[in-house]
Amino acid sequence: MTTATLPDTDPPKRGWYKRNEIAVTPWLFLAPAVLFFAVYVIIPIFQSFSISLYDWDGLGQAEYIGLANYQELMNDRAFEVSLWNNLKWLVFYLLAIPAGLFIALFLNQTVAGIRIYKSLFFFPFVLSQVVVGLVFAWFYLPNEGLLSNMLALVGLGPVNVLGDPTWATYGIILAGLWPQTAYCMILYLTGLNAVDPEQVEAARLDGAKGWKMLWYVIIPQLKPATFIAFVVTIIGALRSFDLISIMTNGGPFGQTRVLSFYMFEKALSEYGFRMGYGAAIAVVLFLIMLIFIAYFLWSMYREEKGGH
Amino acid sequence: MRSTLKASALALTAAIAASTAFAGSHSLSGDLKIFLDTSNPAPRATMEAMIERFGEMHPDLNIETTVIDREAYKTQIRNFLTADAPDVATWYAANRMRPYVEAGLFEDVSDLWMEPEIAENLASTKGAMTIDGKQWGVPYTYYQWGIYYRKDLYDQYGLSEPATFDEMKSNCQTLLDNGVKCYTIGTKFLWTAGGWFDYLNLRTHGYDFHMEMAAGEVPWTDDRVRETFANWRELIDMGAYVDNHQNYSWQEALPFMVNGDAAAYLMGNFAVAPLREAGLSDDQLDFYQFPPITEGVALAEDAPTDTFHIPANANNKEAAREFLRFVVSADEQTVINNGQNLGQLPVNASASIDDDKFLEQGFAMLSSNSPGGVAQFFDRDFPAEMAAEAMQGFQEFMVFPDNLDDILARLEQVRQRVYK
Repeated sequence: MTTATLPDTDPPKRGWYKRNEIAVTPWLFLAPAVLFFAVYVIIPIFQSFSISLYDWDGLGQAEYIGLANYQELMNDRAFEVSLWNNLKWLVFYLLAIPAGLFIALFLNQTVAGIRIYKSLFFFPFVLSQVVVGLVFAWFYLPNEGLLSNMLALVGLGPVNVLGDPTWATYGIILAGLWPQTAYCMILYLTGLNAVDPEQVEAARLDGAKGWKMLWYVIIPQLKPATFIAFVVTIIGALRSFDLISIMTNGGPFGQTRVLSFYMFEKALSEYGFRMGYGAAIAVVLFLIMLIFIAYFLWSMYREEKGGH
Repeated sequence: MRSTLKASALALTAAIAASTAFAGSHSLSGDLKIFLDTSNPAPRATMEAMIERFGEMHPDLNIETTVIDREAYKTQIRNFLTADAPDVATWYAANRMRPYVEAGLFEDVSDLWMEPEIAENLASTKGAMTIDGKQWGVPYTYYQWGIYYRKDLYDQYGLSEPATFDEMKSNCQTLLDNGVKCYTIGTKFLWTAGGWFDYLNLRTHGYDFHMEMAAGEVPWTDDRVRETFANWRELIDMGAYVDNHQNYSWQEALPFMVNGDAAAYLMGNFAVAPLREAGLSDDQLDFYQFPPITEGVALAEDAPTDTFHIPANANNKEAAREFLRFVVSADEQTVINNGQNLGQLPVNASASIDDDKFLEQGFAMLSSNSPGGVAQFFDRDFPAEMAAEAMQGFQEFMVFPDNLDDILARLEQVRQRVYK
């Protein structure tokens, strides 16, 4: 019998794995990732959906209430405020992309010590978000803060950015832009290395310079970098949480909450015992993210198709 | 030989007698898992020393103590009560324990409260530990709230401790005329504003009304509630509070008082330690009870109580009960609440109060000048969700008093949902 496993025997007697090796091996390698992705991402998504249909304090019995949580969301002003704030984050956080591009263009030259300047500009991205939040919170302090002192130099009164419901969210977004701009800058710096010097030369011969050169020659070549910068910035905007928690704790009176923070407050925080309601907020946030996820997947799919 | 035997037998009986006199128990064994939220250095050391003393009495007991950050504990408790329950856990009294009581996660310890040792000495806090006629834990410390003020500033402007609300306001006006804010407060984390509402409401309408509100029996849009806010508004319109208080935590609001920019702070007794550390001497710092507002309304105070509970899923409930008896005993209460340790008030009536000006004043106030009753604190008396929304409303009211109608309408909506 042992001879059966030796090579050079009849092909039909080979083991099942040997016969299907090419087809099976990739799946074996994928299996751990698929398993964990399913357990920690896919299944929880469905669990969130199902919890959002219940009235549950996270401890006792859950009571099925259908879509009542979603109905309540429609009339919840705090939810509305959070939704608008999420939108503000999405729009203004994207400023990190042009800002990062221009810093990258500015730094993309050969001067003595340029590496030091580049790393200095990249520095904020290395800082923890908590540190960034604290630094900006102190910067904004109404009396002692640097901002108020600087304004006082030009004769303007003290401002209380984080204490003012109209300005607080913008103040936090600005703090978030600081590290995010650095991130986009790095993406563009690597992108600029890949710009084809011959094309630039050719464009120059054709008389392109300045803005035209940038718009028609450089930026199209930076498309992959722009795409990545867009993806990370959108995701960063939607998951903004730590800065808000550190800088305002959602306040003043809940005016700087975003959906993720509101969900945390309702379901998991010190006074939050509404798992179902929190899950409903999470589902809404997920649906918003889904729009972007679908767009990203679609454009990546299109890219691959085009590549072949 | 015989004499040593005799002596050791005597010692043994004495020890047994002592331990039975103490708590009426036999020797304990097994594991005892204790979860603590006392993560600040001084309370942590106090608790660990206390547990060590308990361990010495029960050498066969293997005690395992876990200290969790105080803020993180508030959210983690849900997980560990259901999943991997310790035998003893710290928490807070009154409505703050209701979710866990209703979910059946805390052990009913009414039997402990029947024991004369506890029944007689802990009667004053029994109400705060009772839900549905049963007791769900034991207190280990509590502290008074009240107005801590800069006595030197008051003296400088010829002011004295106010005996009425009018006097409180006129004091405040004098201070404001001299460029000193009357009260410091930091409302970033909201609960500090809850303290002001508690006192204004307790003084305007009394303890019973306040508790009716906590039980959801009074609409937020009720005229009586508006009266409370009208009193509050008088202070806000005067400019009594430091500006931009929505930016500060309670600790960040302390420097205003230390620097003399503000003269007083409505706070719990835990504010005394940082104020002393910041350099204020006991000659500069003093305390007064929040003055009466409506004549004839019995004075009532806030005195938040911190507690020990036995989770329903605990393994060693016998040892846990013994530990609870130990914690509330007069001797332990005297030790753990003294100035070197927690610096708060003992819950056991037979324990002695440490020689500290604020503890003595607080104890006198709570035991003889609080006939209306003793409340826990806004976020412990009101259900969690109501408290969260309301405290946010208070903060908004303190910044934009004109929004009151809108705030009250919103809170009323929440009330109707929360108390169903």
